[in-house]
Amino acid sequence: MSDKPADKRKIKSAKKMRDIMTTYYLDAMTAEQNNKQVAWITSGGPVEPLVAMDIIPIYPENHGAMIGASKMGEDLCIKAEDMGYSSDLCSYARADISCSVVKGGPLGGLPKPDMLICCNNICGTVLKWYEVQARFYKVPLFILDTPVCHTQYSSEIAKYVQTQLDEYIVFLETITKRKFNYEKMAQVGKLAYEAQLLWQKVLNTTAHKPSPMSAFDAFFFLALIVTLRGTQIAVDFYKELLEEMEQRIKDGISMVPNEKYRLLWDNLPVWYRLKWLSKKFSDHNACLVADTYTSAWCGAIKYTDENNFLGSIAQAYTMIYLNIGVDQMADQVLDMIKFYDADGFVMHSNRSCKPYSFGQMDIMKIVREKTNIPVLMIEADMVDPRSFSQSQVETRIDAFMEIIKQRSN
Amino acid sequence: MIYAGIDIGSITAKAALIKDNRLLGTHVIITGYDPINAGIKVFDTLLKQIKISKTQISAIISTGYGRASVSFADKTLTEIICHGTGAHFMNPKIRGIIDVGGQDSKAIFLDKMGHVENFAMNDKCAAGTGRFLEVMARALEVDLELLGDFSLAADKPSKISSICTVFAESEVISMIAGQEKRENIIAGIHEAAAARVAILANKIKIKEPVMMTGGVAKNKGMVRALENRLGFKLIVGESAQENGAIGAAVMASRL
Repeated sequence: MSDKPADKRKIKSAKKMRDIMTTYYLDAMTAEQNNKQVAWITSGGPVEPLVAMDIIPIYPENHGAMIGASKMGEDLCIKAEDMGYSSDLCSYARADISCSVVKGGPLGGLPKPDMLICCNNICGTVLKWYEVQARFYKVPLFILDTPVCHTQYSSEIAKYVQTQLDEYIVFLETITKRKFNYEKMAQVGKLAYEAQLLWQKVLNTTAHKPSPMSAFDAFFFLALIVTLRGTQIAVDFYKELLEEMEQRIKDGISMVPNEKYRLLWDNLPVWYRLKWLSKKFSDHNACLVADTYTSAWCGAIKYTDENNFLGSIAQAYTMIYLNIGVDQMADQVLDMIKFYDADGFVMHSNRSCKPYSFGQMDIMKIVREKTNIPVLMIEADMVDPRSFSQSQVETRIDAFMEIIKQRSN
Repeated sequence: MIYAGIDIGSITAKAALIKDNRLLGTHVIITGYDPINAGIKVFDTLLKQIKISKTQISAIISTGYGRASVSFADKTLTEIICHGTGAHFMNPKIRGIIDVGGQDSKAIFLDKMGHVENFAMNDKCAAGTGRFLEVMARALEVDLELLGDFSLAADKPSKISSICTVFAESEVISMIAGQEKRENIIAGIHEAAAARVAILANKIKIKEPVMMTGGVAKNKGMVRALENRLGFKLIVGESAQENGAIGAAVMASRL
């Protein structure tokens, strides 16, 4: 009995993850009937205290990614623009705000929040976005302000963020009218730590040649480390996924059939063009082996103490990839190029994500100077397809691959 | 052995033939609404001019935005590689290329072997492209071919501040209403377009000698505006517009 070549390449854990995500959203949709509370939280926010308090975390940004991938972004963005929001506003924000009003998108809108948790370690847009939603749903909003660490994490920043984390606990106690469960917090912290280690190990498997999965797969499998971090479910799932990747390496199964060139991706995915981009690169025998985006959910683990989780996360949450200086970001990129042995670097200049796209020219320059590998910049948007010009992107990718091929000859 | 290159651009379709590393001839037609037909027509016409038959052609490479619509090509390549190869073929000393075509403009940096080291292309915007000049020529009721001559006759180029083609057009219309000299407005338009293109060249730190290619290289006003902006002379060959097709033919000879 032999599998078709295409079936052989399919990652089996994908089905399980879809099931987990469906259950997760069903639980959230029925939270009120089950006397559970729902908190909306930004993608880089500290979710673990919510899990410890049995509050269901919902991520409008994960929802934004779903909207983009299901190609519903344009319509929702236009609806937000009809409401008066600028087309320059982040497409996740536009899609989420209009979804709340029109109950659109793949889920027919997110479950109503009981509270909003906004951490600005990923961008400044979330502040106004969450204020808008707090007014719309008439629910309390907690803001965690994490100053950008251009060069270093100072003692002033440490004290400032820690004070807010203490206030966060008081905020949760007030809203839930329950005492904070420190015992459960310790367990959740360990699980969150373990899941992050596992996720990093999964991502590390792509250093193998040929790579058992691509960044396009990582974009998909990322969902659990974002939404279910701190639960046993995430730990169990990533253990299985890691085993599957290790087995694929043993069996010599690669994601791209004839992997010859290995590329590193920067910035968020172009959610509505995943398939097209994946095929485009695969046709050139190129695999996007890694990216700066999915590793952001485990990149700051070195600052976390699993035995003193609550006491150590101030630094981990402050020093994530998007909240550090350009030189430090470039250092991480250079490390990744080396670790994954990348032949080229593809940067997505994302019209929506200003903090991610700002500084890309400098990083590009640094990478060119220090590695001499070709760097490509493509202009697009993560959710709004009106910012994507297929023929321009196609010519750029083709020319970039021609240069890589010419150099390898 | 004879090799062919076909470059289907957004405005014109170009064909070139080379034999024994020598250019046999080139031909240019308007692409129009049917790029498939344009590819066939420009190729057939050139064959007739040179008096050779299709069977004598050893290999064909197509390039340009319509590269995929040339079904009889052996391979497609992007215009970046083809312009690089074409420029190196015409003049092996060339290290930089500024190509301004109908739909986009690009700056290319070549290594000593003529391989593309780096490139930059305009973003999703028509400013700094042939299309920009076309829109302006229409607003000013001047033949596109005469745009360059008009601009060379300017005494005080007007200042176009908008970087968007649509806004620049309305700016030009108000200048016409304000009775500014047509020559000065046209020179201003060239300076605005040149400023956009120069950004691409500076982005990749282009090195001399630099060749200008693409249809817009035929516009003397644009060449001068670019030279002023960049601070050095540009080399413009007789076959600047067909350079991409020539490069494609050279690449075909290496298949």
